[in-house]
Amino acid sequence: MTRLDVRKTYKLYIGGAFPRSESGRTYEVVSAKGEFLANAAMGSRKDVRDAVVAARGALAKWSGATAYNRGQVLYRVAEVLEGRRAQFIEEVAASEGLTPRAAGASVDAAIDRVVWYAGWTDKIAQVLGNLNPVAGPFFNVSAPEPTGVVGVLAPQTSSLLGLVSVVAPVIAAGNTAVVVTSASRPLPAVTFSEVLATSDVPGGVVNIVTAQTAEVATWLAAHRDVNAVDLTGVAGADGVDWAALEREAAGNLKRVLRPVLSDGVPVEPDWTADPGLTRIRAFVETKTVWHPKGL
Amino acid sequence: MPKFEYAPAPESRAIVRIEKSYGLFIDGAFTRPKATFPTINPADETVLAEVSQAGPKDVDKAVAAARRAYEGVWGRMSGAERGKYLFRIARILQERAREFAVLETLDNGKPIKETRDVDVPIAAAHFFYHAGWADKLEYAGLSASGADVPRPHGVVGQVIPWNFPLLMLAWKIAPALATGNTVVLKPAETTPLTALLFAEVCQQADLPAGVVNIVTGDGRTGQALVEHPDVDKIAFTGSTEVGKAIARSIAGTSKKATLELGGKAANIVFDDAPIDQAVEGIIGGIFFNQGQVCCAGSRLLVQENVHDQVVAKLKRRLATLRVGDPMDKNSDLGAINSKAQLDRITSLVEAGVAEGAERWSPECALPAKGYWFPPTVLTGVSQTHRVATEEIFGPVLSVLTFRTPQEAVAKANNTAYGLSAGVWTEKGSRILWMADQLRAGVVWANTFNRFDPTSPFGGYKESGYGREGGRHGLEAYVTTAPATLTGAVR
Repeated sequence: MTRLDVRKTYKLYIGGAFPRSESGRTYEVVSAKGEFLANAAMGSRKDVRDAVVAARGALAKWSGATAYNRGQVLYRVAEVLEGRRAQFIEEVAASEGLTPRAAGASVDAAIDRVVWYAGWTDKIAQVLGNLNPVAGPFFNVSAPEPTGVVGVLAPQTSSLLGLVSVVAPVIAAGNTAVVVTSASRPLPAVTFSEVLATSDVPGGVVNIVTAQTAEVATWLAAHRDVNAVDLTGVAGADGVDWAALEREAAGNLKRVLRPVLSDGVPVEPDWTADPGLTRIRAFVETKTVWHPKGL
Repeated sequence: MPKFEYAPAPESRAIVRIEKSYGLFIDGAFTRPKATFPTINPADETVLAEVSQAGPKDVDKAVAAARRAYEGVWGRMSGAERGKYLFRIARILQERAREFAVLETLDNGKPIKETRDVDVPIAAAHFFYHAGWADKLEYAGLSASGADVPRPHGVVGQVIPWNFPLLMLAWKIAPALATGNTVVLKPAETTPLTALLFAEVCQQADLPAGVVNIVTGDGRTGQALVEHPDVDKIAFTGSTEVGKAIARSIAGTSKKATLELGGKAANIVFDDAPIDQAVEGIIGGIFFNQGQVCCAGSRLLVQENVHDQVVAKLKRRLATLRVGDPMDKNSDLGAINSKAQLDRITSLVEAGVAEGAERWSPECALPAKGYWFPPTVLTGVSQTHRVATEEIFGPVLSVLTFRTPQEAVAKANNTAYGLSAGVWTEKGSRILWMADQLRAGVVWANTFNRFDPTSPFGGYKESGYGREGGRHGLEAYVTTAPATLTGAVR
């Protein structure tokens, strides 16, 4: 007799814990072939708000950690990801309908992407900051600081590589994140939250909500305690008007990372390309400090 | 402290020739004046000139001229040649500095010593600084990834406020031109004259037609410019309310924007600060330009044990300030820019008194004509008072107290704004700790209200986004990301 496997309950990841949706709702997640994979938690407005509270609570410690420390934690994420490589290949293959070989390449790229950002943490201030030679007897320095709580609409199609490509730059720069996953391919994101939970990433730094994008995106974009939003996940999301989200974001002048447009229509970026600094730049603020020089 | 009587020392206005009426500056030439409205001297309410209200069709023409100039000349020109035009402009501004200073003081109401020593020289410096960048942009570290060369956006629509008319023009136009963009600029309704004189500078510099276009008018003109479909980028300095409206209006488009908005800066004085020096900084922080400064140190946070000493010294020093004729070289404070602004200041101060603040002003005789408000200190202000939360944009200082550095940080950051902050203490480690904690784009430690073209300026939170000045200021005027990959930061 073959052994009956023990299945996982796919839940949210908020404040370092794995709650079900407060709404009690779940939705069926199917593979690219249409086979049943799991019942994922269907995150609600209240779940998003709880996640924002957790992200705000975690911000002081994470943004105040040394860049070296953040780099080590991110590298630890890559280590734990590597250890779960086989599991992710299986989940990504099922979610995205890839061959094991293609899924393997995607998972490898995701691990390497985390390593890339791990190495950025203690270079950001050096590359994006500088002394300013003002015309007077003053010490004057400009340096980037994290913007704060960032709402991230994760990409709809690339369930792991796309996900880490949008989350890693946000936290590498010292921000905390509320992530709304791909609506139809949320499972690798939930497993990724288990990686975060076992990688010394403090609870609340990344919060992951599986949900219908159109239902919760508005609340995230409009939330007054969110400082920035990444709208990448509007591409291919059913019933989402990204212009409306950007208008909501204007209510407290959130920083907005717009989706990539092709003929005016949001499209998902090519996640295999060199990421560049755009995503880090989008979520830092430049602070300039003056002090007189004199005897 | 005795207040010495000074003989009047008025700057001559003979150096300035003001036309009776002005058209718009479009495609290198002035249009015929039409639909004019007066611009007045707020110090005596006399009409200086009539300027034109640009309508949507005028804005169309200006944007079209800017587009032609971008595609035909400016966007193709080498950075080195663009830079030389900017150097020319900087030099002409220096040559005609006194003329600009006098005209600015007449139109704005601020003291001649400020326009002469701050507004105009820093405006020229902005052009000089950015001139040098024009052929060095690939060294500015703006590329998303190593290889991409920064490219201009195209046509930039710029809307500027009345508090530093020429200086804000320079902050906007210099980086736009250096990076290869062309410009349609709308000066503030009440202070259009130095922008129109700047048009003459463009002509003297032989700047190609259409590279800089100036359209005057009220908020409707600004709205037409911001909403114009052929404008690629908006640069706005003004109120947070209008900034939010702009952010909404460009939502879902590919238009970029930088917004420099309001502020409610905390100026924090610790008990170990050099009090006399701090008092000078507090006064410069809030009474410079009659407090009509977005980064003004309008909330004084004093450590409780030195509150009485600081307030006493502040009042003693304030009694020596000279309020009066802006053209007088000895005037420290000039006129409020407009009747509307004076009404706003008056009503907010009344609200402060009604909420329980104690109001104090030195004895000073204000001129009978014009818009005047005495330097004012409000003590006994609490965190929830309107005068502690709303931007007054006038010569009004709200005084609050704190006990611990943590409390000072909490109070300073307890605002939707995040433009600037001040810290006064002799302890170096505390300065750096405070600077880390304060959520503000500019932190002045043991100084206040310093500006320099090399130093980025701009806010956190609802004080807007983007930076102006320095290497960081260039970022807003170029695109660098490979468009296929990473999305575009608004």
